[in-house]
Amino acid sequence: MSALPLLETRNLTRQFGGLRAIGDLSLSVNRGEILGIIGPNGAGKTTLFNLLTGIYPPSSGGIFFDDRSIAGLRPSEIARLGMARTFQNIRLFRQLSVLENVRIAYDSGLDCSPLEALLRSPRALSRERESIAASMELLEMFQLGSHAEDRAGDLSYGAQRRLEIVRALALKPSLLLLDEPAAGMNPSEAMQLTEFLRWVHGKFSLTIVLIEHHMQMVMALSDRIEVIEFGLRIAGGKPEDVKANPRVIEAYLGTEGELP
Amino acid sequence: MIGMTSWKKSRYLPAVLLVAGLIVTAILPSTGLVNDYLQFVIVSVAINAILCVSLNLVNGWMGEFSVGHAGFMALGAYASAILTVKLFPSAPAALIFPAAVLIGGTVAGLAGIPVGILSFKTRGDYLAIITLAFLMIVKSGLENIPYTGGPRGMLGIPRLTTVAWAYFWCVVAFWAIRNLVYSKYGRGIAAIREDEIAAEAMGVNTRTAKLVAFVTSSFFAGIAGALFAHQLQFINPSSFDILKSTEILVMVYLGGVASLGGSLLGAGFVTILTQCLQPLGTWRMVVLPALLVLLMLFRPGGIMGYRDWNWLKPRIPFRSKPDVKDNGKEEIVP
Repeated sequence: MSALPLLETRNLTRQFGGLRAIGDLSLSVNRGEILGIIGPNGAGKTTLFNLLTGIYPPSSGGIFFDDRSIAGLRPSEIARLGMARTFQNIRLFRQLSVLENVRIAYDSGLDCSPLEALLRSPRALSRERESIAASMELLEMFQLGSHAEDRAGDLSYGAQRRLEIVRALALKPSLLLLDEPAAGMNPSEAMQLTEFLRWVHGKFSLTIVLIEHHMQMVMALSDRIEVIEFGLRIAGGKPEDVKANPRVIEAYLGTEGELP
Repeated sequence: MIGMTSWKKSRYLPAVLLVAGLIVTAILPSTGLVNDYLQFVIVSVAINAILCVSLNLVNGWMGEFSVGHAGFMALGAYASAILTVKLFPSAPAALIFPAAVLIGGTVAGLAGIPVGILSFKTRGDYLAIITLAFLMIVKSGLENIPYTGGPRGMLGIPRLTTVAWAYFWCVVAFWAIRNLVYSKYGRGIAAIREDEIAAEAMGVNTRTAKLVAFVTSSFFAGIAGALFAHQLQFINPSSFDILKSTEILVMVYLGGVASLGGSLLGAGFVTILTQCLQPLGTWRMVVLPALLVLLMLFRPGGIMGYRDWNWLKPRIPFRSKPDVKDNGKEEIVP
């Protein structure tokens, strides 16, 4: 692993009115690792992703991706730098075809001016061909090729989850942020997904940050785990250590005597 | 390989159709087969089709609700009429008319920039109100400019919009908007409609996409306005009020949102039906809205919503399945 972390937040803070959703959070993600982020509901995990991907600007603090500051950049700029994500509640372009969903992400890396697109210049045409070929290849790799022309909203739940990951991969990211990819899955589906993500991680040489509630899955996949509660980092380390950490158990189960 | 040849054929097909259509439309009036009235209807269908497909870019593909289309049309109409009536009244029509139409489109397209910028932060109802405000500014502005006749408008505009010119611009508008829709930007525009946050997260520069949509849309509205002015030979600010916008909206939602074929159908259907219903007098204004209500009940996307005829789609060589890739042992979780 290279010495420089791929992603780093320094004293990252985000206020929503009087609510401090993320407070003074300093994290780093090393190249090539899978980092699990866990914490009770409302801990600020998704807010963290929204800050990292530029959907919200931070109230204070810095975010560094590949050693450059990305705080204040637009989400599309951050995405094109190589940070892709999926959403907790699937956010596909439902009315559009499976192929179009993937192409939209792939296209963002293609240079072609609006005028060229309007006049369908030779360059625009070759970009079109490239985007179809590359997106189809990706879909076929994930066994979605036969659904290329189907509406994304018509796919089964599992296939939609998979398509969201494929769409993120079409950005050719170096960092993939997964927001509860196993939500709504039963334990055996979650274990299948674990294998799938492990394969994706190796195949695309990715760094992955994973938010997940399925403990089995997080423990199996993560090289490291960070625990957040009320927007603050309360623990972090190897999965075994985190599992045994009394502070973490307390956050999840409460302290003794708290229950009636 | 088969894909390759059919693609090459289809690449030249539009050009062939365009030239053939131009010859037909240029000769048609002189044959005496179509009278003046029929020519008027054909030109109206073409102009309305341009208006319809250009509004569809914003209201259909991008999923916003602009009611300001008549404002862009007005700018094109006035800008072109200033050229042909005020500035170069004695210039040969063959020279001045194409230039006037292009400049009309350009003026309207430039006016699309501020509206596009305002759409960065506002959407839905709020953007609809902004486009309404834009329309009111344009109309009131024109009423207060003595140079173009104020509320009385401009008279004596030469009748330069021939069937051939209307056909030509109609084909250009559909061709360009088709190219855009089936491009990186068009897919980005549709992604904004589906989910703006996901679009940004997937690298779509939504600001560029919105600007491209508004500028292209208003450019062609201006082109249509210029053709309209030189068809009717008379324009005044109230030709471009909210009713005009509504008329175009009806065509879009009747024909089908986010559809090239739908735009053509909507414009043709509404224009011809309005003509056929002339004997009903003002009651004809009841028939069309009633039709719209029925359509919204049973087919909310319009006749061709979100679909298109294959002949209107660009054909691109589609590399089918690569022959047996060495996937080998890489088992993928189903």
